[in-house]
Amino acid sequence: MADLTTNFLGIKSPNPFWLASAPPTDKEYNVRRAFEAGWGGVVWKTLGSEGPPVVNVNGPRYGAIYGADRRLLGLNNIELITDRPLEVNLEEITRVKADYPDRAMIVSIMVPCEEQAWKDILPRVAATGADGIELNFGCPHGMSERGMGAAVGQVPEYIEMVTRWCKQYYDKPVIVKLTPNITDVRKPAAAAMRGGADAVSLINTINSITSVNLDTMSPEPSIDGKGSHGGYCGPAVKPIAMSMVSEIARNPETHGLPISGIGGVTTWRDAAEFISLGCGNVQVCTAAMTYGFKIVQEMISGLSQWMDEKGYTSVEEVVGRAVPNVTDWQYLNLNYVAKAKINQDDCIKCGRCYAACEDTSHQAIAMSEDRTFTVIDEECVACNLCVDVCPVENCITMEAMEPGQVDPRTGKVVEKEYANWTTHPNNPGAVAAE
Amino acid sequence: MPSPMTPGIAAARLPADALAENFGDLHAPYAPHEAAVAADRCYFCHDAPCVTACPTDIDIPLFIRQISTGTPEAAAKTIFDQNILGGMCARVCPTEDLCEQACVRELAEGKPVEIGRLQRHATDALMAKQRHPYDRAPETGKKIAVVGAGPAGLACAHRLAMHGHDVTIYDAEGKPGGLNEFGIAAYKSTDDFAAREVDWLLGIGGIEIKTGMRLGAELTMESLTHCFDAVFLGVGLGGVNALRSDGEDKDGVRDAVDFIKDLRQASDLASLPVGRDVVVIGGGMTAVDAAVQSKLLGAQNVTIAYRRGRDAMSASEYEQDLAASKGVRLLFNAQPVAIHGNGAVREIELEYTTDDGSGLKGTGETIRLAADQVFKAIGQTLTTDGGLELEGRKIAVTAAGRTSLSGVWAGGDCASGGDDLTVTAVAEGRDAAMDIHATLMGSN
Repeated sequence: MADLTTNFLGIKSPNPFWLASAPPTDKEYNVRRAFEAGWGGVVWKTLGSEGPPVVNVNGPRYGAIYGADRRLLGLNNIELITDRPLEVNLEEITRVKADYPDRAMIVSIMVPCEEQAWKDILPRVAATGADGIELNFGCPHGMSERGMGAAVGQVPEYIEMVTRWCKQYYDKPVIVKLTPNITDVRKPAAAAMRGGADAVSLINTINSITSVNLDTMSPEPSIDGKGSHGGYCGPAVKPIAMSMVSEIARNPETHGLPISGIGGVTTWRDAAEFISLGCGNVQVCTAAMTYGFKIVQEMISGLSQWMDEKGYTSVEEVVGRAVPNVTDWQYLNLNYVAKAKINQDDCIKCGRCYAACEDTSHQAIAMSEDRTFTVIDEECVACNLCVDVCPVENCITMEAMEPGQVDPRTGKVVEKEYANWTTHPNNPGAVAAE
Repeated sequence: MPSPMTPGIAAARLPADALAENFGDLHAPYAPHEAAVAADRCYFCHDAPCVTACPTDIDIPLFIRQISTGTPEAAAKTIFDQNILGGMCARVCPTEDLCEQACVRELAEGKPVEIGRLQRHATDALMAKQRHPYDRAPETGKKIAVVGAGPAGLACAHRLAMHGHDVTIYDAEGKPGGLNEFGIAAYKSTDDFAAREVDWLLGIGGIEIKTGMRLGAELTMESLTHCFDAVFLGVGLGGVNALRSDGEDKDGVRDAVDFIKDLRQASDLASLPVGRDVVVIGGGMTAVDAAVQSKLLGAQNVTIAYRRGRDAMSASEYEQDLAASKGVRLLFNAQPVAIHGNGAVREIELEYTTDDGSGLKGTGETIRLAADQVFKAIGQTLTTDGGLELEGRKIAVTAAGRTSLSGVWAGGDCASGGDDLTVTAVAEGRDAAMDIHATLMGSN
């Protein structure tokens, strides 16, 4: 069984699965249960400044979207940072960390953008013995209206400034949690780096309205007939999160900056994908909120098995392995030609590939009287839609054409050499190939 | 107190609660979440094979999608557009031989989308609202007689009424419904569904039902064709084939259809007598319905004896399995040769059969089964041809149910073609109605 021990910013944990700062990590009771279940670390639910704690709504905090059989695909929430007194949280953090020295304990913090506020809280957090802090510049609801959370994360200068204060007044690792509610995630990541951040974590939740109650015309979750946008998370946000992670990982300015990956991690496979895109570990919330803490056991066994099968002996070996393969569209090989192929033995004759191709794509699938579906190579552009809509896994595959073969669609010989848009004759800005 | 062991024919072999449980819904209706899960399994196939397999061409993927998006009433409308008796068909269709057999998930994993139950979910939802979903077109002044208030006649009448015609339905029985009311196993049509469905269907308006009117007795073809602009015959098959075995006239030997009819009309199942040792002769749905219900009434031993092999049985594999699961014994390749007993049947003698390709032959070897009740279920016959040309033993019809007599259409079990299924009868009645409408309105 592969060793899943990770060393993220010098913080050791028995596995790369941390619970994200969120409702599951708001209390000692929950965190102890999480550690007992096997989680490698937790980021404690965000602490605010000393004084009367924030208050939450007393109606629904969460909304959801579902797939088949009410499988939860996306969740949004309008819960604020911890609504328990600072002192209580600090005492609990101290106790839990003392009892679980082998687990990572990170404390999430969100206080106003004033140096004194950070100067006040950081020593108290340091006194807990926690392994590091995470700056919550991501929450898009409620706190952002008060100039915190995503309101900070949307201004790179503020990120840099606050990060610098934290590095000045705190001597353990500082992770900056980024909001996806921006146009270019590379900018806040670079700002965090300039401020001295040891790592970034992303993504926090996405502005969202999950549904509208068509009887009351109120967005859900509805509080007395009104709704506010919440933060969206869960399996549905994973593709967005992975793209953002990869942008930071491959940006020369931030390349090498440690990343803690967050956004829809539900299985070991999701985690492996985030790690391959440059994350040193992952943080999980929605999956635990949907299924309970026990799911970490599948994540641990699955990642171990896969690493054994691939011959990886440490998580570190996997980190960033897919990053070199993330590129710009303009560098994709335009001489690569594939054709869809339908395996007739696996085909169940539902005809979804036909409907999709005939109605919405390239009319490249033929349907016979007896419902045999075949690809018309002369029309197929290898768009992959048939593969995506086919209910049978691997029934339709994309087969690469060999160099030297003639593409029946274009009549051109498939070239062996790589060639991309930058040198394509149709590109007005093309440069001659050297 | 009688029990299953009581010899002879006896009522109340089982206590009332056992009878109530035995004759409850064979397939309980879906709870809403069950329906959602079942609906989610549909792949929304292109040019779906299930639709092709449906005799009434219901747009099955569409109605299932309508269920999955929380609009079962719209789903029901999709069903009723094609099949106004979609509620009954959802209960009695041999879906395992039709839509569900064609379902691509049957091919993929041996577990089709449960189309029949989903159809019931949708149709129940709309019918529970007690609102008839169709409006009549302006009245045309045309009058049409429909003979037979079974599935074919009702479907025909409804479609005609919808197009603005005035319809009079005549039926020989004391109430409408035909085989839906009198001939289907009770556990497939619980809570008086057949009668409720007819009431709901009549909500279209423009249909008058006259019962106790039999063609060839109270009614003649001459008077019908004289008084009406068109006539549709959906009279079914009123006769029952004879066994032609010695002793067929003994007490305790009955037509299965009569037994089923008594059962369907009984207000108290405990009042229905049934034998301790019941033998049903036949291999169709009627045989299975009679056998299973005998068992459910408390008969100790029930055997279906069929003269051919399992593959030739017209009752579906599902029905065969249902019978077996209820404890009915299926005996194949055995044909009745004599019924023994002094006045009342005590034993039935059966001869084993073989078929070497040149036709069914007795082997000469016989067995005897104890029997205090024998049900004959070896097919029904046409009793009234109305003077029309026949094809085989049924009224000859061309496309859309036209008979040899101008102005007279026929459909359902009495007409040639079709599979003697409720759903085929509905399709034929509906299509004949469209042809009648086109003919009367001069667009043909």
